[in-house]
Amino acid sequence: MVKRVEQVDSVIVRFAGDSGDGMQLTGGRFTSETAILGNDLSTFPDFPAEIRAPAGSLPGVSGFQVHFADHDILTPGDAPNVLVAMNPAALKTNLRDLPRGGTLIVDRDTFTERNLAKAGYDSNPLEDGTLEGYDLHTVPLTTMTLEATKEVEGVTKREAERAKNMFALGLMSWLYHRPTENTVSFLERKFATRPEIAEANKRAFRAGYAFGETTETFAVSYEVKPARLRPGTYRNVTGNAALAFGLIAASVKSGLPLFLGAYPITPASSILEELARHKNFGVRTFQAEDEIAAVGAALGASFGGSLGVSTSAGPGVVLKSETVGLAVALELPLLILDIQRAGPSTGMPTKPEQGDLLLVLFGRNSESPVPVIAASTPAQCFEAALEAARIALKYRTPVYLLSDAYLANGSEPWLLPDVDGIPELEAGFATEAPGAEFHPYARDDETLARPWAIPGTPGLEHRIGGLEKQDLTGNVSYDPDNHDLMTRLRAQKVAGIASDIPELEVDDPGGASLLVLSWGGTYGPVAAGVRRVRDAGGQVAHAHLRYLNPFPRNTGNVVRRYERVLIPEINLGQLRKLIRAEFLVDAAGFNLVRGLPFRASEVQEAVEAML
Amino acid sequence: MSEGNGSGAKRGPSAKDFKTDQEVRWCPGCGDYAILAALQGFMPELGLPKERIVFVSGIGCAARFPYYMETYGIHSIHGRAPAIATGLSVSRPDLFVWVVTGDGDALSIGGNHLIHALRRNVNIKILLFNNEIYGLTKGQYSPTSPLGTVTKSTPVGSLDHPFNPLSLAIGAEASFVARAIDTDRAQLTEVLRAAATHTGSAFVEIFQNCNIFNDGAFDFVREDKENRIYLEHGRPVRFGPGGERGVRLRTDGSAEVFEGEGEPLVWDAHHPEASPAFALSRLTRETAGATPIGVFRDVERPVYDALLNEQLAAARERKPAELGALLSGGDTWAIS
Repeated sequence: MVKRVEQVDSVIVRFAGDSGDGMQLTGGRFTSETAILGNDLSTFPDFPAEIRAPAGSLPGVSGFQVHFADHDILTPGDAPNVLVAMNPAALKTNLRDLPRGGTLIVDRDTFTERNLAKAGYDSNPLEDGTLEGYDLHTVPLTTMTLEATKEVEGVTKREAERAKNMFALGLMSWLYHRPTENTVSFLERKFATRPEIAEANKRAFRAGYAFGETTETFAVSYEVKPARLRPGTYRNVTGNAALAFGLIAASVKSGLPLFLGAYPITPASSILEELARHKNFGVRTFQAEDEIAAVGAALGASFGGSLGVSTSAGPGVVLKSETVGLAVALELPLLILDIQRAGPSTGMPTKPEQGDLLLVLFGRNSESPVPVIAASTPAQCFEAALEAARIALKYRTPVYLLSDAYLANGSEPWLLPDVDGIPELEAGFATEAPGAEFHPYARDDETLARPWAIPGTPGLEHRIGGLEKQDLTGNVSYDPDNHDLMTRLRAQKVAGIASDIPELEVDDPGGASLLVLSWGGTYGPVAAGVRRVRDAGGQVAHAHLRYLNPFPRNTGNVVRRYERVLIPEINLGQLRKLIRAEFLVDAAGFNLVRGLPFRASEVQEAVEAML
Repeated sequence: MSEGNGSGAKRGPSAKDFKTDQEVRWCPGCGDYAILAALQGFMPELGLPKERIVFVSGIGCAARFPYYMETYGIHSIHGRAPAIATGLSVSRPDLFVWVVTGDGDALSIGGNHLIHALRRNVNIKILLFNNEIYGLTKGQYSPTSPLGTVTKSTPVGSLDHPFNPLSLAIGAEASFVARAIDTDRAQLTEVLRAAATHTGSAFVEIFQNCNIFNDGAFDFVREDKENRIYLEHGRPVRFGPGGERGVRLRTDGSAEVFEGEGEPLVWDAHHPEASPAFALSRLTRETAGATPIGVFRDVERPVYDALLNEQLAAARERKPAELGALLSGGDTWAIS
């Protein structure tokens, strides 16, 4: 049977199923196939914090959305064109996002009375007209998976059934002309110790592909041509992996051993797990007894001349506050990575938010300035980690790096940097006292940084601590004028970083009176929303902040240059508060706190409402 | 160890070299002075250059200690010294890291860090100055104050049962556990020496008199020397004038004091089981009117620092550290 092939410029696919259905794996493999094909892409895994909520239940639904295109894209897409629903619960929770006319593929074997009841369906949506208007394909996925794997010896029925995600992946691979070799070799690697499981999965995968080729239900398949991206070598990378690589790069470029103190917490744990795999780089990962010990050990390692890092999310960052305060007083390099998630308290652990900005800026006792950097896309996390390390080392200061659950788990193609082109980072340890006596709190004229004299250096023995220190000598001091001086010096040191970071860039094709000012992980959706406004004829400028403390030196000029400023944030207006306070600009906010990234369309509407 | 006098070789630092130019600011008569003097006197024995020694402390009277030692030092935050020292020790195996802490610092706010450092057997030496009171905050009861202790925060007596620091340390799998008394310089130095030569975590409780807020807390053993049960490895445990009293284990494994005739326990600090050391740690003023001092437990166990650094070395041997190879390690594709 000869089937028609249609060219399309972009597609958004969402895989949805039970937590135990392997949807993250399926989405990840589909993404890898897509990356190898050379499409630009962006992914968004959306899963519950519960590892396995009751099977078939609504809270147990796990999803993975991937957007791929023949041109550059900025987001995982607002709404899917194709929804793969592995059970009634997945259909129920995801159908509202699929526009009428969209392609819907369901495993009809799972639409049993019991599963329908668990999902809260009174009648079967496959039969009652609910799905009218969709391009519906009901496929007996489970039956066909069992059929395809029945001759594999040593595999239980349950194990065979679990390969149905690979059947779905095979079908989708056919539908969008994805290359399959890497998935086959991936399955062989993943199940190396159980070749029979590998075999069952491979058979299910191939059966899914063959089903697409032969069945009449799919008359058309689709091609998405490779995107014209900048030349170079690419790989797909999640934000957390890029952070881990950036930290290792900072270690290599500074010649300092990397020490990570961490306590497992969603969505930051995968940084610990990634770094634990790279001991050949001299990376020491320390899974501590708690968040406090994690950052304490990192600070201890910094005192000894390591690049000390601690990773966490908001509920862990609050516990680290006292140690970050100590690092402010000790003036030692330290990186604290906050992978923000929805709160307060435990909140929604797997869902993104931008709610920790004011926490990391101000969540310490007294005047305790800390530089803050925010990553903007998954791949940009690499540069953000390097930059955070540069500032920490040069200015002898703790630095907060903000990411979020969206960047952490989302992925995009990453143009690999030329490693020789990455600038070296200077540790610049003190090796001898410039005068007769060593002064641990003497300062560099330009940066105001103090010397970093690590134990083992003869003649520079000194004691530092959390008590206020006398200028120069670092001895304990309760002198009022000295405390005033030290408070101002610490503030000046951090404020002075503004002269050492790039100016805020404004994307303004001309004629705009409205500036959209975003920060951190919302870059993709906000830039995409702005594009849409312009495509519809609107005039709008966009600037994106990657430095939150200090702000780039031209920030005041930029925000004052426009009649109106709109600040979209996934919080109730934290940056807006800062911009208004700092620059006396009456900025407006666009705020949604739904535990989801912005959609480009939401940003578009908010901007258009201001035009 | 330092070379002999007049040899012309480079000599290690002397006790004086470990004194800083900072005025010592403990209350006159505080037990901390004696401990500081003992430690400064003992340090030269290590034969280590000063720059390779680090003292880490938390908060409390005892925590001022690093300011008075001419080594590297951090006076950190309340209870966190074992965590900070862990990061330093693990990342710098060439250093000799000491933690100075108190009963509130180590057993209340920092209890979690203490037990985990001991469990991991990190190569740090922890000196707990126990005065059974909060001194720096001016006299509230501590987690080692006896039940019913009347303080400003417990005007009609404390309600919580105290920790026994040694029982806690032994329960936390500590590989070295000892006790000393601030004024007993010879025995304190001996315990410090044993702790210093132990590989892995060493935990030393030092009875320290706070003459302002809890004067005389340890008089039953500090002043009444016949109540000291000196533990010496390989020797029968006898004490009191003429060794008239002894310690033996009951059939249920607990320890008891007996008078006169009887078969005392021959002390084995290297016993593979922790139970004899635990049994002895239960002998207190309340249970026996006397208390053992010396080394309770001294066993060899894998050291966290060494294990971690071995993993690093093994990984380096397996795979070179090439940044370019790391970054392009996944599925890559080229666009021309």
